[in-house]
Amino acid sequence: MIPELGHYALILALGLSLIQATMPIVGTRTNDPVLMNIAAPVAIAQFVFVAIAFGALAECYVASDFSVLNVFENSNSAMPLIYRLTSVWGNHEGSMMLWVSILAFFGALVAIFGTNLPVALKANALAVQAWIAAAFHLFILTTSNPFLRIPDAPFEGRDLNPILQDPGLAFHPPMLYLGYVGFSIAFSFAIAALLEGRIDAAWARWVRPWVLGAWMCLTLGIAGGSYWAYYELGWGGFWFWDPVENASLMPWLAGTALLHSAVVMEKRAALKVWTILLAILTFSLSLIGTFLVRSGVLTSVHAFAVDPRRGVFILAILVVFIGGALALYAWRAPLLKQGGLFAPISREGALVFNNLFLTSACATVFVGTLYPLALEALTGDKISVGPPFFNSTFGPLFIPLMLAMPFGPLLGWKRGDILSAAQRLLAAAMLSAVAIAAAFALEHGGPVLAPFGVGIAIFVMAGAVTDIAERTMILRVPFNAALRRAIGLPRSVWGTAFAHFGIGATLLGIVSVTAWGSEHIAAIKPGEIIDVSHYRLTFDGSLDRPGPNYRDVVGHFTVRRASGEVIGVMEPSRRTFPARNMATTEAALMTRGVSQLYVSLGDPDSNGAVPVRLFFKPNVLLIWGGAFIMFLGGGLSLSDRRLRIGAPRPAKAKTALAPAE
Amino acid sequence: MTRKQRRLVLIGTGLGVLAVAAALMLNAFRDSIVFFNSPSDVTEKHVAPGTRIRLGGLVKDGSIVRSNDLRVRFAVTDGTTEIPVAYQGVLPDLFREGQGVIAEGTLDGTGMFDADTILAKHDETYMPKEVADALKKSGHWKDDYAQRAVLPVGGATK
Repeated sequence: MIPELGHYALILALGLSLIQATMPIVGTRTNDPVLMNIAAPVAIAQFVFVAIAFGALAECYVASDFSVLNVFENSNSAMPLIYRLTSVWGNHEGSMMLWVSILAFFGALVAIFGTNLPVALKANALAVQAWIAAAFHLFILTTSNPFLRIPDAPFEGRDLNPILQDPGLAFHPPMLYLGYVGFSIAFSFAIAALLEGRIDAAWARWVRPWVLGAWMCLTLGIAGGSYWAYYELGWGGFWFWDPVENASLMPWLAGTALLHSAVVMEKRAALKVWTILLAILTFSLSLIGTFLVRSGVLTSVHAFAVDPRRGVFILAILVVFIGGALALYAWRAPLLKQGGLFAPISREGALVFNNLFLTSACATVFVGTLYPLALEALTGDKISVGPPFFNSTFGPLFIPLMLAMPFGPLLGWKRGDILSAAQRLLAAAMLSAVAIAAAFALEHGGPVLAPFGVGIAIFVMAGAVTDIAERTMILRVPFNAALRRAIGLPRSVWGTAFAHFGIGATLLGIVSVTAWGSEHIAAIKPGEIIDVSHYRLTFDGSLDRPGPNYRDVVGHFTVRRASGEVIGVMEPSRRTFPARNMATTEAALMTRGVSQLYVSLGDPDSNGAVPVRLFFKPNVLLIWGGAFIMFLGGGLSLSDRRLRIGAPRPAKAKTALAPAE
Repeated sequence: MTRKQRRLVLIGTGLGVLAVAAALMLNAFRDSIVFFNSPSDVTEKHVAPGTRIRLGGLVKDGSIVRSNDLRVRFAVTDGTTEIPVAYQGVLPDLFREGQGVIAEGTLDGTGMFDADTILAKHDETYMPKEVADALKKSGHWKDDYAQRAVLPVGGATK
């Protein structure tokens, strides 16, 4: 009964999305306010029905209803409740349900909170949103229906893939999808603006919070996925330049660029045409990400099932939406009026610089990710493009970006003074020089360039602090006055400083781990000792420990300082899941400051020796800590007064957008 | 500066950055691309020793020999040809005889493949796509190798 209810609700949602996709557009063409105004209530209704469908599927999982094929294939009644719930999106059908649920959720949010939007813009944007929703509803109903029943209900399910049974998976896919799908709002607004052929600075102000929110979720989603791979896969790596990772990085890079170009558009009414293009590209990259991950063209942990029909369907969605949007752009963008003037050295100039490098870096990732697919399709040659490619293309493009980053916020709008900005950054530059010298003095081994990486990271972080120090005049006025100024600063200024500081911290973590991380691999027997960095680990032996739907073989290690003092125990394990006859590696982590010790086990060999991988990861937590600081920065920026209060409404905004300029 | 000059500066810088990016990519493509080969490909194409490749096929039954220091030797076969592989390190969770595997590394002068990375499947029903294609090509594909590709090429790097 419940699965049929969900199926029915999903069909109704498809119907509603078709109404939402057409009627408001007709309304804006015929200038009929009634038709335009049905967009909002229909968007909310569509969300309600999608939510019912998603809820029904979740209920099937929670109740372990194995008569539903999807539940049977991906769940098991012995799993704890949390994993039964997360297995809803731990498979292809369920994750597509999550995708459309979030899409409908964002549509409903625009419908509810977009009260100060011009009616026509809102109607068009919600209609575009509904086109996307209709396409994906149709995709689910025709190729990936999660509500299919099995005639003879099996007694027990096949279990969720063990490496997905992890708390990190409760949170990583929803966050990532909130990011991917959140960019659909910017896309819909961009298409709506193109349909109308008019756009102004207020557009940027309306779109910015959505982009910011999506960017925050994507940042956290990527960081969460990276941390999950780090501790769950047992190889101790935080980023593999795997195509599915790249699929999430590309929208992040384009979204970051969009975030910055929207500032220029909002403040100076410039870069309009470019911002529209970025909005289209960012969501297109999200769609491409979905295609790469879901179509089965890539084999990875995320490619749940290979069904050629699905790949073709998603490819068709991709072609229609990206092709259509770019064609509309080529046709309508020349109608948009050019914006304000600015000198190359100015805040706008710095933001353009940022955009150039971010989009170029994004392009290199795009080429590196898709080239193997293109080559195989054209010549049949199978190749892999690995980390060396990305390190030698992405890296060099990011260095100028990092070096320029502290200058941006210190330059004035329209015409900036780079010398005065450089003077103000003198302290930051000196600090960075000290850090480089210290890195050379303290660390031996590792690449020669690594200390300079540390220097750049410190420069970026100190630059973010400098910006706040300059604006509060902290060393020049009494402390209380500076504090008052700090409280009075716009939240978006704090947001910028936090986000820039965060990227510096992430960079510091990446450089430290890559250059100075140490690793030790050995086959050891109980009683043996391994030294790594300043720590000494004794292997005390293994024991069996049963879990709810698995068995653990736990290795017990005592960790000592070089001086012999015991500082703790680490218990990595090999976890065997009988339902799928699969084993996973559960690494043990010990956090020392922001560094970590990392131990993972292999299968014991015939004479009882256990293969052990032991890492010392200096500053590794900064990688994800930095991402979290970026997330906080986004949150501060989102709470800025001008976004909360909204743009002052032009008198005639009720019926149409004010013409640009 | 006039509007036109400013636009030229902007477009010039943009093209400059793109040119740099393109140059970096072309340069990286020259020396960081790894081709996938089946054992038959390796013998047919006479892959030169020292060239980095990915070798994919099945781990030959009874070929795994483990010795000290996590050293292991095994043979990768596609049913027609087999290539001996040497590796030192922790093997992936589902590395087994008779199962699909991808090894990345170089051939030494004696015909031994010196692997520094071993990728194996992460699920009992899954076979790496490249390996499946290679087996189909050599006519040794059996339908029960992969009904449903559920999971990935997981790996181990030393």
